[in-house]
Order: sequence, then structure tokens, then C-alpha cells
Amino acid sequence: MSQLCVNNLACIKRDRLLFDAVCFSLQAGDILHLQGPNGAGKTSLLRILVGLSEPQSGSVQWHGAPISQDRAAYHRQLIYFGHKPGVNLALSARENLRYWCDLQGVAQPLDIYSLLDSLGLVGLEDLPASQLSAGQQRRIGLARLWLKSARLWVLDEPFTALDRHAVTLLKQRMQMHLGEGGMIVLTSHQSLEWAGQLKTLHLEYRI
Amino acid sequence: MTAKLTGLLRRDLALAYRQKAELMQPLIFFLIVISLFPLGVGPGPQTLQKIGPGVIWVAVLLSSLLGMERLFRDDFNDGWLEQMMLSGLPLSLVVLIKVAAHWLTCILPLLLVSPLLALFLNLTPPMYQALLLSLLLGTPLLSLVGATGVALTLGLQRGGVLLSLLLLPLLVPLLIFATSAVDAAALQLSYNGQLAIIGALFLLALALTPLATAHALRVSQN
Repeated sequence: MSQLCVNNLACIKRDRLLFDAVCFSLQAGDILHLQGPNGAGKTSLLRILVGLSEPQSGSVQWHGAPISQDRAAYHRQLIYFGHKPGVNLALSARENLRYWCDLQGVAQPLDIYSLLDSLGLVGLEDLPASQLSAGQQRRIGLARLWLKSARLWVLDEPFTALDRHAVTLLKQRMQMHLGEGGMIVLTSHQSLEWAGQLKTLHLEYRI
Repeated sequence: MTAKLTGLLRRDLALAYRQKAELMQPLIFFLIVISLFPLGVGPGPQTLQKIGPGVIWVAVLLSSLLGMERLFRDDFNDGWLEQMMLSGLPLSLVVLIKVAAHWLTCILPLLLVSPLLALFLNLTPPMYQALLLSLLLGTPLLSLVGATGVALTLGLQRGGVLLSLLLLPLLVPLLIFATSAVDAAALQLSYNGQLAIIGALFLLALALTPLATAHALRVSQN
């Protein structure tokens, strides 16, 4: 049985049908690349997938049960990296991650500095995030992928504003996650060079 | 779950400490309004004593509206709200924590300077006692109802004006009962009745507004 199953999802925004009859399912180790032009509803689909918004019709099922049945259990197994990274600009990288760990109920690793170092934030750990570049701010958000072990990652444009080194690092981390039996759903406008098997779903822009 | 909630509270307090300038804004506004009144209406002790409680309460209402948007606006803009909604915590508890942090950082400072201002406006000790009790019971109500208003106007680009229009009518009963308690104290009458009504309003808001706020926040995500 597949772990994440999406049935007949439809979404209407401002009287415009973004998509309907979207179906897919993911098994352990699967990665789904969501493609489509701007405004096709990729982000809307991801938000429905994680339970932030409700679909017009259809359902998202986690281990055979609708996600609304036990949201807390579903969210424990989920990391969502959204269009907005959830990084507060007045707090430093370390504080942002610390409070996120508190919120998720995961223990903070002792070597948070070495994690931030490996993400190229050497010496910037304690600066307010407002002083960092856009790419560096997104790296703070992406550091969560190393902090919490979750089965399902939902990533909205994770490669935006990242340099080549960070993209490689993130891809390695994603490979590792899939190897451990995890699942990934992501959107990206770049074509994804992927070593393993890659599922794709194309959303059309409808008028 | 308690650890998660205390973590949230710690974050909000740390954030308030980091943004001291924004935090000072309502406090300074409060101080300015109240110190301008004796200049405007004349320094007659009797007049000041008569209008004092009303002035302090109106100033508290207006200056707390000034910082009200801080409750959810930043979290909404930077995506932290989404992370909180996906944390597995009941959203109404998250709302309660946010409200508590808002009260501690934005409203408690107003209460702390209020003895000084009571002195400015020539309030007698029994009047000040009544004022302080009405503020202690009434201001949490302000934060709770304010949170619902902010959550309802989150999706709007400039929700500030609408927020005041939404909230002020709801807060008028609070103002009436609070100032009437202080007036009663000035006449050395018992003001338990007024305090009891404010207390009842507070408890009602404590029970219902977190649910309404949580729902409004969910709608803002759609």
C-alpha cells in the first residue's frame, strides 16, 4: 500500500479552476517533481498536500487515512519548506533553528555550528538574518532538513537563490533521505538531474 | 507539548527584546497622550481627577491598538505562521501563547508606568486601586479580542484602519465598566459589580476567542 495517496484533487482560486482530477501516490523512496508554468497551482497543490488549505474536492491520504483524521501524527512525519521560508529576520540563524526545534519537539543537535558551517554560514550564525543575503536566509530554512527526521518532505522551490555548491549539498541530502525510505514532493523550474527514478507531474495553466 | 509551548513563548519574548524600538512605540505614545492632557485641559486638580480614569483607559485602548498588528503580521509574512500550524500543536493553544506574549510585552509596560500617570492626573489612592484592578482584568481581554481582529484582517494588505473599526466597538463596554468602577471608587462606593462584569467578559473571551482566532488564521491561509 502506498504511504501518501492523493485522490482526485481539485482546487479553485478566485473563480478559476487551477487543477482538477490530480491523482498520484508515493511509496517509500519516491520523489515527485511537480512541474508547470507560473500560476498553474503548484504551490496551492503543495499547501493542500500538507493540510494548510482545503481542496475543493478530493482527499489526501496518509497511510490509508485522510490527513484530517490525525493531523498531529501526519505533521510529525512532515517537513514543509514553503515559498516563505519561515525565517525571522530579527533573529539569528542559530535562534531561528533553535526555536524551530522547540516548536517541532525535536532535540537540538549539539553541533548546530558544524551544520551551519557545512551550509556555508560560517561566522554568520549569530548575526540577525536580516543582514544575510536571500540565498543565505533560505539556507537557514533548509537547515531544518538536517534537524528533524521526517518521512515526507514537501519543498516549494527549494533551489531558488541557492548557489551551485548549496544545490549539490541539498541534492545529496535528498538522495540520503530517499535512501532511508523517505518521500519528497518538490516544485522546481529547473530541470532536475536526478540519478535515481524521478516521478513527474505536469500542471497546465488553465484560463 | 508544554516544552513546545514554552519554546514558543521564549521565542516571542526574545523577539520583543530584540525589537525594543517597536516595543517602546505604544509606551511612548501612552506617556505623551497622558502628559498632554493636563496641558490641554488646564492643570486644575479637580478637573484632572474627574477626567483622569477615562483618559488613562482611552490612552491604553489606543496605544494597545498601535502595537496590535505585531501579534501575527510578521509571522504571517515570513512563513512562521505556517510552521506553527504544521507543528502538531492545537492552534488555539498557540494563539493563547501569542496573546500571553503580547500582553506581557506590549501591555504590561503600560500598567507598570500607570502609578506615575495616576499621580499626574491627581487620582486618589482608592481611585488608583480601582483603576489598576480594572486594568489588570480588562487588558488581557483587549489582547484576546485584538488577536481575533488581527487574524481576521491578516489577508489584507493594509488592515490597520479596518482593525480599529472592528475592535473599538467591541471594546466600548469594557471602557464603560472600567471607568465606572473608578468613578465609584472616587465616591467611596463599592465597585465589585463593575469588576465582576469585566471579569466575566474576560473569562468569556478567554474561552471563545482562541477558537475564533485559530479559525480566522486557518482561513487566512486559504
